[in-house]
Amino acid sequence: MSVLIRGARVLDPAAGRDEIADLVFEDGRIVDVGGSAAAGAKQVIEAQGLWLAPGFVDLHTHLREPGQEYKEDIESGTRAAAAGGFTTICCMANTDPVNDTPAVTEHILRRAGQAGRVRVHAIAAATQGLRGEIMSEMVGLRDAGAVAFSDDGQPIMNAGVMRRVLEYSRGVDRPVVAHCEDLDLKADGVVHEGAHSTCCGLAGSPAEAETVMVARDIELARLTGGRLHVAHVSAARSVELIREAKDAGLRVTAEVTPHHLALTDEVIRGYDTNKKMAPPLRTSADREALVQGLADGTLDCIATDHAPHAVFEKDVEFTAAAYGVVGLETALPIALELVREERMSALDALERLTSGPARAFGLQAGTLEPGSPADLVLIDPERGWKPSPDSLASRSRNSAFLEREMVGGVVRTWVDGRLAFAFGEETPG
Amino acid sequence: MRHLLGIEDLSREQIERILTTADAMLEISQREIKRVPTLRGRTVINVFLESSTRTRVSFEIAAKRLSADAINVSSAGSSLAKAETLTDMALNLAAMNADLLVVRDRTAGVPQMLSERVGVPVVNAGDGCHEHPTQALLDAFTALQSLGSLEGRVVAIVGDIAHSRVARSDIYAFTKLGAEVRVAGPASMIPLEVEALGVKSCRTIEEAFAGADVIVMLRIQRERIEGALFPSLREYSQTFGLDSATLRLAHPGAIVLHPGPINRGVEISPEVADAEPSRILDQVTNGVAVRMAVLYLLTGGGS
Amino acid sequence: MAKARPESGFGANAGRESLPETATVVLDAAGIERATRRIAHEILESDPELDDLCLVAIESGGIPVGELIAGHLLELRSREIRLGALDVTLYRDDVIAHGRRPIPRPTRMPFGVGGKRVVLIDDVIFTGRTIRAAMDAAIDFGRPAAIQVATLIDRGHRELPIRVDFVGKNIPTARSQKVVLRRRPEGELEVVVQ
Repeated sequence: MSVLIRGARVLDPAAGRDEIADLVFEDGRIVDVGGSAAAGAKQVIEAQGLWLAPGFVDLHTHLREPGQEYKEDIESGTRAAAAGGFTTICCMANTDPVNDTPAVTEHILRRAGQAGRVRVHAIAAATQGLRGEIMSEMVGLRDAGAVAFSDDGQPIMNAGVMRRVLEYSRGVDRPVVAHCEDLDLKADGVVHEGAHSTCCGLAGSPAEAETVMVARDIELARLTGGRLHVAHVSAARSVELIREAKDAGLRVTAEVTPHHLALTDEVIRGYDTNKKMAPPLRTSADREALVQGLADGTLDCIATDHAPHAVFEKDVEFTAAAYGVVGLETALPIALELVREERMSALDALERLTSGPARAFGLQAGTLEPGSPADLVLIDPERGWKPSPDSLASRSRNSAFLEREMVGGVVRTWVDGRLAFAFGEETPG
Repeated sequence: MRHLLGIEDLSREQIERILTTADAMLEISQREIKRVPTLRGRTVINVFLESSTRTRVSFEIAAKRLSADAINVSSAGSSLAKAETLTDMALNLAAMNADLLVVRDRTAGVPQMLSERVGVPVVNAGDGCHEHPTQALLDAFTALQSLGSLEGRVVAIVGDIAHSRVARSDIYAFTKLGAEVRVAGPASMIPLEVEALGVKSCRTIEEAFAGADVIVMLRIQRERIEGALFPSLREYSQTFGLDSATLRLAHPGAIVLHPGPINRGVEISPEVADAEPSRILDQVTNGVAVRMAVLYLLTGGGS
Repeated sequence: MAKARPESGFGANAGRESLPETATVVLDAAGIERATRRIAHEILESDPELDDLCLVAIESGGIPVGELIAGHLLELRSREIRLGALDVTLYRDDVIAHGRRPIPRPTRMPFGVGGKRVVLIDDVIFTGRTIRAAMDAAIDFGRPAAIQVATLIDRGHRELPIRVDFVGKNIPTARSQKVVLRRRPEGELEVVVQ
């Protein structure tokens, strides 16, 4: 059955396309964009005033399955992804058990095939048990489907181990995703170390806890020729280091989260544990550098670091609260804020959510090229809304953006031409 | 003013209102019958999730001198360790029909978080490295007893500023009352961007004490050695300790405050701790009056 | 003689309530002088030696009245007169029951009252609730042999069984009116009704 989406502003960053056009897909594949194949379409969706883009790609999602289904599982996590316009997500390895063996990778991908509403790729552990000591069986993990390796949540503190991981992964042809936080510098720090941590009496972690390790890992990428992807960049100096590394021709990519793009450390003054994450929110100067880095392409993509936690893990003392926030359902309006602030074009903002991340990991996704899977998102750029605990599809409620005025929302999401999300409607599973 | 969570939130007028009230409360403790009926039938729960005998006893005496029923709830460990959320804790405390909660916790922000979850006034009795507002109020009260006014006076706070809730609250209180506040201590104990608190950071005790009218010596926690913040008590005492020689650097007539309990021979030498400039025992007496004032004002329903 | 209203170290309290100039003067400075002198004589008549007398002026309106009476007694007997200042805010039933939070003033009672004859002094007696609170407060300083009440003005409308022993002037008022002892800008005391 062919479907015609008529009159939308089609934004296809991979092709540099930004124009009002019709798009036709059939049998799960995009057939035609801006051409004349519309005539025989069985179903017509009028999309005047809406934007149509490739489905978003998230390189950094915590789906929590297996082992922590009380926070999230593949079904609820991919439902949240579809609601946020994401059609491809890469789930992190810090599950229980850790995704450090091909059996766990296969299990996750099989479960995703059964219960997932969107495409799920697995990121496998870089070291066994995320312990930062012995590297994981990267070849077997790759063959089971792993798209990258990461000990996310547990920085690899031993530089020698990181060196070997980057070296070995080069032969496996998969990037290594680095969570850059020096745990000795971070010490007890739960927020950015600066004026606000000083005033509110919470232990701080300096920006240097990140930049020291970003610098280390870049030097190790230089040494080894491995592919380094820096996760959730938070500090201005990290952006500079990555820019220098890219200019030097190193194989380095990087991501930034919506919360680091939108928030600064002053919001911790209210001790809201939904503002606690690792790395922490930093200063307005850091935020400015992140926006600049995203706009000029130093930072390749927006990645959500969607990190669901249950109420009993967040409704506790700030120091005891779990790190992380959910992010799949609020990434789009945060990206659109940057467009409205004229920090970047709509096409560039969507590039950082589609072809940008796809290119960083070498994924076949994020394009409207005819013949590609019909992974699409239809966007209402004007819809105003406020995230509330009841409005989120995720199993967890720990959003940093609760009650923030948002502009821009997802109308529909298709994966392989199947409707994965429709705003205001129950979407079949 | 519905809660007392920190001095940072208070205006000068609010601080003065509390201190004026405390001035009237002070005399009650000297009566034959040390009790007024003001809070008869009210229940004050002292929720001490970090042990502190002195502060708890001071609040307990304050509540009892106002005829309130004072009940102590103490517990160690975080709510997470007990698998209890702060909302659970707040609901449980509210179910005891308290009229006011006094909250001490090892973690910054807990009094504020509880205040958002419970329908009664909350008084912060010290939260982590954040604030200890009643200590600052009693420090300011004690300083005013000797100096009459803090306008243009110089206050030097010496010690582990980074980890001191007393320092933060004192800084806010003294600056709001018109004083110039200096802080001094080993650089590893001075927080980043301390100037954001409105103080001058001094490298040496000589710089901090020059012309000082009020000296606040903070208690040094021996555990900080393990945290590698300073190498030894001996070196600390030699560089940042108060003795009669360093005291001479201050303004004649300067007074010495310490939140207690003092480490004799570490941050303060015995001859200074017991000498005329020391107001350490007055602080204890004044603490009860200040806490009576706070309990009195906050149980009024915010009017 | 104790200073009746010592200065607080923490700045002035909130001012007394002020009334518009249109208020009617019911007792001028000379009248107040005469009334307090008469009260002093009456106190003397009942206890000529003054050995056990404790004058306790109630904050804040009773303070100038107490100072005047003490002054007259000093003149008449040339001996030191005990004069205390008692703040009854923390004993007031509206404060206790309804949580009103007026700022209290310091109480100055530089003497014990056990076994003594206490004369509570206020400017105006109205419902009697202030005197009730003052009796409770005074007893916290010991067990007096007797408590008596002296006021400059009795305006009626008692809500409690309280009797005045020494009264300067009875002034019939409507319940809604206000009767206030105040100090004119040039320093003279007067009692006005609005």
